[in-house]
Amino acid sequence: MPLLTEKKIALTIKELDAGFGRIRDLSVSIGKLSTRDWAEPEGPTPYPSLATLRAWDRKLLSKYQPFYMPFCDLCCLCTYGKCDLTGTKKGACGISMPAQQARTVLLAACIGAATHTSHARELVTYAVRRSGRDCEINPGGNAIGVEAPVIRLVCGEKPKILADLETVLDYCESQITSLLAVTHTGQEGDPLDFESKVLHAGMIDQVGMEVADLAQISALGYPKADPDAPLAAIGMGTVETSKPVILVIGHNVPPSVAIIDYLARESLSDQVEVTGICCTSIDASRYSPRAKIIGPMSWQLRYIRSGIPDVIVVDEQCVRTDAFSEAATVGTPFIATSDKNCMGLPDRTNDPADAIVADLTTGRQKGVLILDPEKAGEVAVRVACTVMPARRKASTAISPETIRELASDCTQCRLCQRACPNDLAIPQGMKAAGDGDLSLLSALYEACVGCARCEQACTQKIPVHSLIVAAAAEKIKNEKFVIRTGRGAIQDIEIRNVGGPIVLGEIPGVVGFVGCSNFANGGKEVAEMSVEFAKRRYIVCTSGCAAMSIGMYRDEEGRTPYEQFPGSFTAGGIVNVGSCVANAHIAGATIKIASIFARRNLRGNYAEIADYVHNRVGAVGVAWGAMSQKAAAIASGFWRLGIPVVVGPHGTKYRRMLLGRADHDADWYVHDQRTGEDVYAGPAPEHLFVAAETKEEAMVLVAKLCMRPNDTTRGRAMKLTHYIDLYQRHNGSIPDDIPRYIRSTADIPVTLKGEISRILSQSDWKERPIPDPTLLGEHERPAVPEER
Amino acid sequence: MTSADPWQTGEVAGPKKAAVITKPAMVQAFIGRARHPVLLIGHRAATIDIGAKKLVDYLLDLARVHQIPVIATGHVNKALRERGYTCAVILPAVEAGQRIADPSWGVTEGKGSCDLAIIAGLPYPMAWTLLSGLKHAAPHTKTISLDNTYQPNATWSFANISLKDWQESLEAISADAGTGGSADV
Repeated sequence: MPLLTEKKIALTIKELDAGFGRIRDLSVSIGKLSTRDWAEPEGPTPYPSLATLRAWDRKLLSKYQPFYMPFCDLCCLCTYGKCDLTGTKKGACGISMPAQQARTVLLAACIGAATHTSHARELVTYAVRRSGRDCEINPGGNAIGVEAPVIRLVCGEKPKILADLETVLDYCESQITSLLAVTHTGQEGDPLDFESKVLHAGMIDQVGMEVADLAQISALGYPKADPDAPLAAIGMGTVETSKPVILVIGHNVPPSVAIIDYLARESLSDQVEVTGICCTSIDASRYSPRAKIIGPMSWQLRYIRSGIPDVIVVDEQCVRTDAFSEAATVGTPFIATSDKNCMGLPDRTNDPADAIVADLTTGRQKGVLILDPEKAGEVAVRVACTVMPARRKASTAISPETIRELASDCTQCRLCQRACPNDLAIPQGMKAAGDGDLSLLSALYEACVGCARCEQACTQKIPVHSLIVAAAAEKIKNEKFVIRTGRGAIQDIEIRNVGGPIVLGEIPGVVGFVGCSNFANGGKEVAEMSVEFAKRRYIVCTSGCAAMSIGMYRDEEGRTPYEQFPGSFTAGGIVNVGSCVANAHIAGATIKIASIFARRNLRGNYAEIADYVHNRVGAVGVAWGAMSQKAAAIASGFWRLGIPVVVGPHGTKYRRMLLGRADHDADWYVHDQRTGEDVYAGPAPEHLFVAAETKEEAMVLVAKLCMRPNDTTRGRAMKLTHYIDLYQRHNGSIPDDIPRYIRSTADIPVTLKGEISRILSQSDWKERPIPDPTLLGEHERPAVPEER
Repeated sequence: MTSADPWQTGEVAGPKKAAVITKPAMVQAFIGRARHPVLLIGHRAATIDIGAKKLVDYLLDLARVHQIPVIATGHVNKALRERGYTCAVILPAVEAGQRIADPSWGVTEGKGSCDLAIIAGLPYPMAWTLLSGLKHAAPHTKTISLDNTYQPNATWSFANISLKDWQESLEAISADAGTGGSADV
């Protein structure tokens, strides 16, 4: 049901003769999108509410059943409790352990969706203020016809101007509020109904993300679907410390934009370094490639403690909550700029910039809250320029001798290792450092995620994290890489060029590396995996911190992946779409394949398009590190489209997997629209959400999960070639599930014909048809248009 | 160090915690009582040195001596094959967990549901969550952690023990000492 009907006002006056004059053809719309020039017929589910897509969700969840791995045996959410839910016990409210786990997953997805949507609301408000409500939504000029695939699909709307996005956000906010209400005591009891709402939260999250990125691309002049978006510098070693250095941390770009604008106005752009951590820095580099990226979230503590930044400006999301106290320790002035992240600082928003600058530069105040991006930008620049000379005279560097002295206090109690999320061998490093050998400590640097739990655990008050970073000083100096700045959406022509090969299986898959890579060697592993799949001619997409990690890696010739592979959405490309919210473009690309290549109607037509994507578009997401709730929401959005997601070992802490059972043949029947028969299509894709233990296992899973029922024989043979090759390389044998994926002998990779034919002959394999697949019931199916 | 606190100090589970394996004979007895045990070997088993051997060597000895089917997770199967063991079932750990929790599934086709899962060589947090899944969803399955760190979600686990104690225990468990379950447990 369209939820916004009641609040929409549309007034049309053909002709009015009033005292002040005559008015003709006046049309006023409030809170309503204009879709009069959109001929596409409206589908069955515009603005879906909580249960609208429940039937589709149940189809997915019957194939991919939750396997719950509780993070805690208890429920502590209300004052009935704590309740012990171990095994089959129920809580005081009657809730079971599976339902409680699904409820917790929903909470995480709601937090993630709320965060992106709130971010989107701020960006739209900012963009409207900057460029006006009538500013056209322009993600790529003539190169983009389907400007907002997710919004078209979910809301059934075709936004044209910034003001249209406000209406879309109204919908998102209402849905998130309702979803959050579902987690109240006694509001839902069935795990699968909770899971359906998880998928709903993920879908809303994708809408919110798309709104956010459309607003900032349109208003801030970011690269517009540009495969050749410029390269930007990344790494601590790229910072010119002879200049004043500003550090921005977070996700919401307006303060960074204000800093860059102020520098330009004052002709200081080449005299001050603007550096950033997390997605704010990705978006700052989209605004000005002169902005430098330091790295993902795990670089926060090491960079703040280095004393290099002369002022720190934080906005929202993924900011260390002790950033202010850490900055104060090294005497770095600190500016918070978001009402979501005030950090206990005095509100100086309405004070003159001169007064704030004076207080920060003299140390009368160590940190301030300024809820006006332009004022924060001016203050940041002026403070950095003022304090820099004195700060360069002082040094926070820890000498090798000091490392040795501090490390020699270590008692080898191992509490640091037990506190480390990655179980790093810190005690051995400390022992060697105490003896004057810094190599083991330095080796920990690359595996360390910078959480500093080791320091909290240390009974000797040794600054363990700082010692690890100090021991790696030479490595840090050499952190000099490049990243292709976020390009935003995928062009229509790119979709036309690859739509056929993807749907027919001739491009083996689209692999999206998203989220943070926060576990031991996670960044390096993400880079290695992306290179592996790009070399194999998959289309590799990336965003956010994963995009950074990919850039912080060089081949033997010293090139980063962004210098080795093109930035276009094509076989063998590595496509950085942008910051976290740009993830919507990856989902959007799969949706656009249905629209542009297959001519399916998107407008409010979710289940049909998700069914198309699930059965035909070989896309897989990879979220490799330990992550926030936003990642839970992002993954959930992909699941509702039927796109599998692989996570790293820490991903089991999301508490549940969505796993298929390849050994249950009955689960893998699809309806063949050509013949009207239900046919076995094999476990393709086998899982919707699965944790891999190692990079090697993840690569095998990705190759397998790219298979789809619709693959042509040529496409299936190619996908099997990659799957079998990776499997053999990492497991030393041929996979035993090959017969499930061979429909006819034409599916067999040529180079493996003999071996696979032998395997098939030893099993009860029988040739079967390649279906025109759908999971939809008879009344839900479309009249299938011709694919181009 | 011998401690029955979770190795990672924050990984506190809840009211139902693993009983500590205080002597190797306990494990032999549990194996002896099991009708359909399975040994799940994670990738770390191929990298952890225990004396002159790797953890995977002890685990394969255990599998061979007690004739326990093996599930290889991560990419550990390559190490198993290098040691001449070619009949492991290869599954991601979470998929193995889901199947073990299904009473209609048996690692050996046609046999009954898995009543004992022995787990070692997984990353600590992954073993923690996997064992939690089995604790709650697989009432028909007892679990043993053979890592040298306490896993509270197992049915039985070593405490946090030294390498030396671990080595002695693994040697004793994998020794051909009969599987009659005679130990006083």
